[in-house]
This record gives sequence, C-alpha cells and structure tokens, in this order.
Amino acid sequence: MVLLRNPSIRAFFLLVAAAGLAVPFAYGAGSGSNKKAKLTEREKAIHVLNRLGFGPRPGDVERVLAMGIRNYVEEQLAPERLPDSEVAENLGQFPTLAMTNAQLFDNYEKPLREAQRQAQQEMRAAGFGKAAGASADIAEKVAERVRRMVPLEKRPQRVLEELTQARIVRAVESERQLNEVLVDFWMNHFNVFAGKGLDRILLTSFERDVIRPHIWGKFEDLLMATARSPAMLFYLDNAQSVADEAHRAPRPLPRRRGLLAFLGMAGAARPNPPAGLNENYARELMELHTLGVDGGYTQKDVTELARVFTGWSIERPEQGPAFVFRAPLHDVGAKTVLGVSFPPGGGLEEGETMIRVLAHHPATARRIALKLCQRFIADDPPKKLVDRVAKTFLQTGGDLRETVRAVVLSPEFFDGRYYRAKVKSPFEYVVSAVRALGGASDNALPIARQLAQMGEPLYFCQPPTGYSESDQAWVNTGALVARMNFALQLAANRLPGTWTDVASLIPVAKAGDAGKAVDALSCALVDDELSPETKIGLQKQIEASNEAAKAPLIAGLILASPEFQRQ
Amino acid sequence: MLDRRVFLKSSGLALVAGGFLPKVFVRMASAATLPGASRKILVAIFQRGAVDGLNVVVPYGEKTYYDARPSIAVPRPGSGEGAALDLDGFFGLHPSLDALLPHFKDGSAAFVHAAGSPDSTRSHFDAQDFMESGTPGVKTTSDGFLCRALSSSAKKDEQASPLRAVSLTPALPRILAGSAGAVAISNLGVFGIRAGNATPAVSESLESMYAGTEAGALRDAAKESFEAARILKTADAAGIAPQNGAEYPRSPFGNALKQIAQLVKANVGLEIAFADVGGWDTHVGEGGAQGQLSNRLRDYGQAIAAFARDLDSRMGDVTLVTMSEFGRTVKENGNRGTDHGHANVMLVLGGGVKGGKVYGRWPGLDSSHLYENRDLAVTTDFRDVFAEILSKRMGIANLKSVFPGYALDEKKRIGLIA
Repeated sequence: MVLLRNPSIRAFFLLVAAAGLAVPFAYGAGSGSNKKAKLTEREKAIHVLNRLGFGPRPGDVERVLAMGIRNYVEEQLAPERLPDSEVAENLGQFPTLAMTNAQLFDNYEKPLREAQRQAQQEMRAAGFGKAAGASADIAEKVAERVRRMVPLEKRPQRVLEELTQARIVRAVESERQLNEVLVDFWMNHFNVFAGKGLDRILLTSFERDVIRPHIWGKFEDLLMATARSPAMLFYLDNAQSVADEAHRAPRPLPRRRGLLAFLGMAGAARPNPPAGLNENYARELMELHTLGVDGGYTQKDVTELARVFTGWSIERPEQGPAFVFRAPLHDVGAKTVLGVSFPPGGGLEEGETMIRVLAHHPATARRIALKLCQRFIADDPPKKLVDRVAKTFLQTGGDLRETVRAVVLSPEFFDGRYYRAKVKSPFEYVVSAVRALGGASDNALPIARQLAQMGEPLYFCQPPTGYSESDQAWVNTGALVARMNFALQLAANRLPGTWTDVASLIPVAKAGDAGKAVDALSCALVDDELSPETKIGLQKQIEASNEAAKAPLIAGLILASPEFQRQ
Repeated sequence: MLDRRVFLKSSGLALVAGGFLPKVFVRMASAATLPGASRKILVAIFQRGAVDGLNVVVPYGEKTYYDARPSIAVPRPGSGEGAALDLDGFFGLHPSLDALLPHFKDGSAAFVHAAGSPDSTRSHFDAQDFMESGTPGVKTTSDGFLCRALSSSAKKDEQASPLRAVSLTPALPRILAGSAGAVAISNLGVFGIRAGNATPAVSESLESMYAGTEAGALRDAAKESFEAARILKTADAAGIAPQNGAEYPRSPFGNALKQIAQLVKANVGLEIAFADVGGWDTHVGEGGAQGQLSNRLRDYGQAIAAFARDLDSRMGDVTLVTMSEFGRTVKENGNRGTDHGHANVMLVLGGGVKGGKVYGRWPGLDSSHLYENRDLAVTTDFRDVFAEILSKRMGIANLKSVFPGYALDEKKRIGLIA
C-alpha cells in the first residue's frame, strides 16, 4: 500500500490546525451545540463530511468550504466522475478482489476439500472411523491433519480477510465517500452472513458484482441482482428450495444428483431424500428486502412466493458457483402472491415478475425511504420527509440516486437539531478516527478485530436483518469501553498495521504549550467543539504526562470523547 | 500534576463529581458486603434462531412425530445408538443433552413444553423482539422486560450494584434495554481502560468528560462502565477459576456461562445475568441424533451442566431459564431441515425448581391440534414461566409493570417453583 500520500495532504495538516485556530472558540458551544436551529457554512461542511462520508480528514472541511457545499454533495452523488486511482492502486494488493466465484472456489476451497478428503482416507486406512460414537474425536483428528496440509494463505479465510481489509481501506481513503457509505448501507440491507458455509468465498463477488454496480441505479435491478446472486441464494436457502413432487413438471430430473451432491446429501444413507419447499428467502425478501414486516403480506403469501422461486439455485461449486434456474425443480402449479396470479406451467419469469412487483410496491418505497432517512438524518426521522422521499422513489421508478438526493439535499438534512446528534456505528467510528488523524493502514485486520469487539464484525452479522441503525444498539457499556481503548491505541500508534501522525496536527509553535496543543488538536479533530469540562480534563492530562506521550494521549482522549462519538 | 481537590474545584465538574464519587463507594460497598446467599440470581439464556424444541425434548410417545420427520427424528429410548433419553415415559431428551439428564433426575431441572409467545409472527426479528420486550404484538415497547423487572424490584438506586444486571454479549440485548442500568460485558478480564502506565489518569479524564456531556445514552453508558470496571477490578472476578472439576466447552456460550459463574462467586451484586447462543436456524440438514442440531445441543448442554457443577451449592440461589423465539415446523422440509414454527420448549434449572418433570399441557401433534395446521400450538405463555420465577424467586410483587397488558392469573400458575 502507498503510505506516503500526496505531499500536499501532509501540508494540509498544518493548514487545518492553523485554520482551526483562526476561529478559536467560535464553535465551542460544547454539549449544547446540537440544539442550534441554523447551521453555519462551516458546520454544514462538517455535517456533509460526517453524514455523506466517514468524517473529515485533515483539510477536508476547508476543501468543501472552498468548492461549496452544494457542489461537494453533487460531486458525491456522481462518484463515477470522481477520480479515485490511489485507492484502486492500494486495492491491487488484494488479488482475490478480482477473482470470479469459480476462481475463488478453485484456489481457496478446493485445497481444503481435497485435504479433508485425503485426511479422512488416511484416518480410515489407519483403522479409525469404524467404531460408532467416536465421530467427534475423528473430526478433531481430521481437522488437525488438514491444518497441517493447507497453508494459511490457501484457506478460504484469506478471501474474507482481503475483502474486509479492502472495505476498511476504501472507507478510509476513497474520495467517493458517499459511495462507500451506500455500499455499507446496502450490504447491510441485503445482509449475507460470511459464517454460513460457502458464503465465505461468495461475498467477494456479491459486493463487487451485485451491490456496488447497482447502488446508483434502479432498486429493481439491485433487487434482481441479489435474488440471482449465489451468495443470497445460499444464505437464505433458496438454492435448496424445490417444488413438492406433486407440483413438478412431468419429466426426468437430470440434474438431481448434482444438486444433491452440492447440498452434501449425495453421500448420505438415504437414496431418495425428500425434497421440497424452503420458505426462508421468500419470507425475508418481503420482510427485510422490500415490503417490511408490516407490509401487508400473509403466511400464505410467503409460502406462495417460495413456490414462485423454486428452482432459483446455484450450479455445483466445482463448475463455478453461478446462478442457475433448474426448471425441472420449479413448481409448475398455479399460484397467487399478493394478488398476482400465475397460471400453471410457469417458470423463471414468475420470480422476475414478483421482483418487479415487490421493487415498485408502495410499502417498499416507504421502507427504503425510512431506512435511508434513518441512516442519513436521525433514528426517528420526520414523517413528512420520509413520505416525500418515498414519493420520489415511486415517481422515479425506484431510482436510487434520485432517492438519496431527496434525502441529502432536503432542508431537514441541514436542520441544526441533527448536527452531531447521531451516535456513530462502530464502523463509522473507527474509520472516522483513522481519517481524522490522517492515518493509513497496510494491514487493516487489527481494525477489523476491534470492530468485532464493538459489536460490528464486518460480514459477520448472522441474522438477515443486518445491523441496527439505532443509537441504542451501539451505545452500551462494553462497546463504549472498546471504543475508548481503540482511540487511545490508534493515536499512540499502538494499533498494529495502521499509522497516524498526531504531531503533524499541531503547529510547531504550539507544541511546547500544553493549553495551545490541546486547542490545536481540539480544532483539528472535532472543530473545537469540546465542552469546557472536557478541555479542562485534557489540560490536566497533558500536564501529568511525559513529553513524548503528550500529543498522542490528548488526541486519543479527544477521539474517545463523547463529542467524537457523534456525527 | 494538579491536586485532585483543586481540579474538582476549578472545573465545572465539582458538583457532578462531588455527588457522584461518594455514591460509587456506597454502591461498591453495598455490592461487596451483601452476603451472597441472600441474593437470588436469575440467569436468562436466549437461543437465537429458533431451536427445534421437538428434537430437544422429543415426544417419542407420538407416532405422528416419526411420521412427520422421516430423516431427522430422534429414535425412541432403548432403540440403540443415538436414542432419546427417557424423561417420563412420553418425552425423551436429545442424546446430546446427556449432561443435563442427571439434573432432571435429581429434581433440579425441569422442562416446559409447548411454551412460547402467543403472537403468530414467524419473523426471527419480530419474535425475538416481542419475547424480549415481554409484550408480544406490541412494537412500541421501548424497554426489555428484564429491565422492568429490575426497576420494579424494591431496591433503591444507591443500594444496587452497577453489576446487578450483566449481559455477556458485545451489545446490550433488547431484553435488558432501558433505564435500569444493565451493562454488556463480553470479557470480564479485559474490561476497563487500557493505557499502560497512564491508565488511572486517562480513566479519570474520560470519566470526567462523559460525566460532563449532555444527559443521554452516552453519559449513562459511560457512568456504568467506569463503576463496573472499578468493582470488577476490586473483586478480581476474572481470576476466579471453575470449581468442582467443572469443564466448560471452549465455545462462546461456554465462556459466557463461565463468566456468569465468576460474577456469582465474586459477590458483585449480580441479580440478573443474560447470555445468548446462536446457530439454531436449521432450515437445511438439521440432523437427528447426530448432525448440525446435535452439535449445537452438545455445546449448550455441556455448558449448562458445567455451570451447575461449578456453582454447586450456590445453585440454590441461582435459577437458570432458557428461551427461543419460536419453535419449528412439525414436518421436516424438503432439505432435511425444519422451517419457522410456533411453540417450543424451555429449560428451567436451579434454585427452587421443582424439577424432574416436563410441565405444560401437551396439545398433541395430530393435524387437528396444530397451530395454523402446521406447528406445535402454544399452551403455556412464556410470560407465565417468567412470572413465576420473578415473583417467587426474585421477590418481584408488581408483575403488572413487567408484563403490561397481560392477565397473570393465579389459576395459570405452572407450579414449577417451590
């Protein structure tokens, strides 16, 4: 990774501290600052950097002020026109990001599976595996052998490690900040849990090919892409959902053995395993991806929709885990979902129709509008705004760029009561801290581990609901302590793999004076919005600590402060 | 370094901190000196993802059970390898739960079958939310029912330990959300600020900062954090080793229960502990006596058995109860798994439990008795189970505020607590 960034950014460090000092206490309203009615231009700039991105880096506030807030927002709304070559270059160190599902399977799953097969054979040859009841013991022995046979860099975990690091690097360094915020939003909306079997290698393509290319287009296309994605089909079990015997087309099932092999059933004792409906995806498609739990569907609709999606499945992984419609396993009976009727004999087009119907449903519009407003405005956003955004969604045919624009250019967005009023999620918090210190990582895995301690391990949200958007989910005793420790570690450069340079945030002339150093860091990191109480605490701290540790400690404390928890 | 007295005087913090610090000492003292035996403790376990209760406590006396589950049924007791362990001639325990059988036999553990929430939702999210808020069907309830239970117990704020309610999870669960000051701690050993030599000073600075911020969740969470850290450090809870040869599984759930036992033994004023355990959403390849569910149950059973062994006679003060958001379909699905259902089974173990019995009216598995023609019907509301524990064990008289809008009828008393 390129650690030494554009030298002009480094020069900005000094500039920002100086600029901050030029208006020492103008914004020092402290804890009451989020109650003001009208934001200044400077506050607006900070607000868009916090909400449309992961917080300002040194120099960002001045840059946004210089170009104009409206221009900055428009620029962020059209990320494809924003050059971002430095990040692209940095991501070059993660080869798995560019691999297809088939390549990932061949390179990172096959070695493991072959080693497992081999280890099991060896165990059998050595006389294990005959006695019943010893299966746990044998599993342990096999696992031990496999560990020795497959090197770390060939294991599937490597794929996730690269994906996780890339996600953090992009959030920290990308100029396309709003794009990264929306990737976070939509990955969470269409949550897939990396801990579920093959999804550990399928998430790379899911993020790259399903989410990222569609978040500025029509919701229908995004929804369709997720519906056809191997990651989602596997996560929510639709790949395994097939028609009851009674509702199958009368023809042979050439692929059946293949499907069963994929499901891990081929070697099972029963020659004719039962096959049938699995309603997991159908339910979550309506409850979470589109209509919402109060969207007016019934259990009958869930079952009928599950029948519609029978046959939407995945090729055997050995052949490259890709979407496949298995017509022989599709339910060909008549169905009615949400009042939409399908005559007998239908196929793939039934699911496509339902994706369209659900994507443009008023309940979907309302749900997407509400979730976007919660992300960008407040946990409990004004109802009028949500209605307006939902209307935009419907009128533009689910155009996501226009829908997001309706949120972030609304008067409500710039309402003073929302300024630094929303507690950051752990991901927002850690990324904003690294950005505030002008930091960069050549190994972001320690950051990823910290996220797990704060309750938000990336790609590892188990329930399909995704992570919560509300303050209440994140502000609690254990997680708050984890945040404070992270801040102290980061600023002191004790977090392996990530570098920050706190000293560069303090103008040389101020470095010797405790009070002035506190002021300089307060300006650089939270635009000098610390409360008087906090500042006194900091000054006391700086007087107590030794010379070398002073600045990092102060920076760590500011990043750990209540002010920096809010956006 | 500034003199502490000067610092307090010179900052706007004097008033806050002045009233704040002594109270901490009172609370610490209260937590440390209360005789452990006088305190009753509730340990609540949530099996997230909807465990298949019909394969946990197996109705082996019903032929329908075997008809509905050709590939995942647990064999009848006495039918050889992997058979259910007989409980009462009708129900049998999943063989992977063998560690719990002695507790059932000696009368310290009971099950309540066909228990659950009356709400019909089959959404994990909604069902968990309803169960944790204690108000099925009402989405606007802002706090959890265990939080309300804490608030309605008679103790004054000054006497309550900041560790009276602890969740061994990264985030505070819905069931403890609210103003009672429950804390979430996933690792007792590393809880607190870590800044090397500077730790005490840094801790103090952070504490002052958060005490001075505007009232709200951040300030409250910080206050509880610092107090809890002090008490944990003093009591060295994380240093207490398992006793009586108890061996916890090396799993997140085993680790959570081990730490709850440490909190109990450290006498830090614990009243309610919470932990959750996932991996129950067995839509595909659930398995019968062996397989996916079996592996999860082994971890679950061994962890709970180790907990009981570890605490030994202290279990007389502790009542452990497990819940899950709903049960699973009676019929296995097309993927040798089960889909979202309705009623489930709860385990109650420990102090005051009249064990050795499977409680609850059994509705039967014939299609005419099923809920919505597919799932085990709920005959015991989960609130009745908790109501009995909270009133008889925890001494909470006002259950109306714990379960608002729910008619707690003496006639519905299950009678599982002595």
